Amino acid sequence: MTYLEFEKPLAEIEGKAEELRALARQNEEMDVEKEAVALDKKAEAMLRDLYKDLSPWRKCQVARHPTRPHCRDYIKQLFTEFTPLAGDRNFADDHAVMGGLARLDGKPVMVIGHEKGHDTASRIERNFGMARPEGYRKAIRLMDMADRFGLPVVTLIDTPGAYPGKGAEERGQSEAIARSTEKCLQIGVPLVAVVIGEGGSGGAVAFATGDRVAMLEHSVYSVISPEGCASILWKDSEKMREAAEALRLTAQDLKKLGVIDRIIQEPLGGAQRDRKAAVASVGSEIALMLGELEGKKPAELIRARRKKFLDMGSKGLSA
Amino acid sequence: MNWITNYVRPRINSLFSRREMPENLWTKCPECGTMLFHRELSDNLNVCTNCDHHLAITPRRRFEALFDGGIFSEVKVPEPISDPLHFKDQKRYPDRMKAAQKSTGEKEAMLVAEGEIGRTPIVAAAQDFTFMGGSMGMYVGNAIIAAAERAVKLKRPLVLFSAAGGARMQEGILSLMQMPRTTVAVQMLKEAGLPYIVVLTHPTTGGVTASYAMLGDVHIAEPNALICFAGPRVIEQTIREKLPEGFQRAEYLLDHGMLDRVTHRVKMREELITILRMLLNMPPAVAGDLPKPDPETEAKAPEEPAQAAAASTPKT
Repeated sequence: MTYLEFEKPLAEIEGKAEELRALARQNEEMDVEKEAVALDKKAEAMLRDLYKDLSPWRKCQVARHPTRPHCRDYIKQLFTEFTPLAGDRNFADDHAVMGGLARLDGKPVMVIGHEKGHDTASRIERNFGMARPEGYRKAIRLMDMADRFGLPVVTLIDTPGAYPGKGAEERGQSEAIARSTEKCLQIGVPLVAVVIGEGGSGGAVAFATGDRVAMLEHSVYSVISPEGCASILWKDSEKMREAAEALRLTAQDLKKLGVIDRIIQEPLGGAQRDRKAAVASVGSEIALMLGELEGKKPAELIRARRKKFLDMGSKGLSA
Repeated sequence: MNWITNYVRPRINSLFSRREMPENLWTKCPECGTMLFHRELSDNLNVCTNCDHHLAITPRRRFEALFDGGIFSEVKVPEPISDPLHFKDQKRYPDRMKAAQKSTGEKEAMLVAEGEIGRTPIVAAAQDFTFMGGSMGMYVGNAIIAAAERAVKLKRPLVLFSAAGGARMQEGILSLMQMPRTTVAVQMLKEAGLPYIVVLTHPTTGGVTASYAMLGDVHIAEPNALICFAGPRVIEQTIREKLPEGFQRAEYLLDHGMLDRVTHRVKMREELITILRMLLNMPPAVAGDLPKPDPETEAKAPEEPAQAAAASTPKT
């Protein structure tokens, strides 16, 4: 279990309970169960209290939690016959973006998402979920294919942002993102997007311009990272708490602003505490959202999707 | 020594020096350091007469030089709700807005207008870098949508001059949502079969580059303009190495296939006319088709023909 900074007191209690039980295993005469259960109860109460009203900055930390389920975990648990399709047919295959054909409840779909990796080697291979132009161009190719064959598109968003690198810029990072957003708005098949961790700026929008956009309860979606915003507007990157507050990047605020349609509940203490359950609830929400869009004609979908985005933000927080 | 040397002479000197060199009449070129007289600089569309460095130009000034006779009418932009997030950093967002409005004399960071260039009817939109870094918020999104809708209604091409540091952080996620919103605007133009030309000016970065600025039929940039998604400083911090000379500048992007052309500001108008008239299947523009103003009319209305002449015979 990896504890976040604000979970330190919790780590202490859970650690104690663990220690007691370890001790009891070595020494059979000891009966610690009663005390251990009391500690468990105390830990649960604390967990409930900590997560009851998470501050925006804490949500950012939960959203970036290293053991939070990532795209790969969702694909593994929710889809069958996942067949990865690689490459942008121009330059390379970007491992920060997973994509391919798969079945959801038996029905074929195109699934696309950012993958951050789960250990040092895979994180480096996946470039920490920061896509290069090739990643967006691969997504464009797959969305286009889905459109031609009438398959719904499911996107899973989890990226700190598009990769700020030399080669990425030279190969047209901005153009790739712009085209990917454009493609999202052009396809005549349902597009359902779920922010499962970090929705980082343009790199997220490029996949998240969908008919339905959902967010996990403790995920975040923002125009800039709180650290970046703090260093620009506060001239002090340590002011990320204030920046996270001001940016309104939580699922709850985004729902109020009308930017997202649904909030998906997470297990107590965040998705990382019960990965299977978190993935499963995302699965059932995706099925629900796809159900709402089933049977709609391509032109109707495109018209409604455009209207959704054109109307967005007209009401502000009071909406 | 006496009151003449101590008091009168400095007084006289200061009077004279003030009269001779009022500061606002001269601009120092940030590139070559040449002192440029305001009149000369303005006549050359804010391009340094010595080194051709392109200084910032306001949308209004640009439109005066772009449209025939300097005549254009503004297209109304629907007003978004102000300060949607109740954003506060070190200053309140409404206070920042007021300060920007006061210093620029403009309402927001984009101006939309309709008029003719070389007798070719167009709609034009220009971003104002002097207004909060030209940043893209709800208003800029609304402006681009209004420009596209107007262009579709009048069946005219849209010419867009981009200049922005990126998204307006004070509008948070709503500024990010301008990426899809403006993309819808571009799609309206494409579906109506109307040309959409983007002129990328210094600087065009971030979410602006990653949406409407990179979706044009033709991309023209002004020389040496910084055009990028992530800024050079961010990249240097990420990859920890020095970037090559000219990285992310217009000429570099031209070499890497992201632009069609890099064109000097004073030649831009003519080039836009040429390209638009071909795309619209119109006959070539007649060079100098405006009759020379005779002295009489010039005496009556000195402003207009002078501007028209300046605009139709660009200096090189």
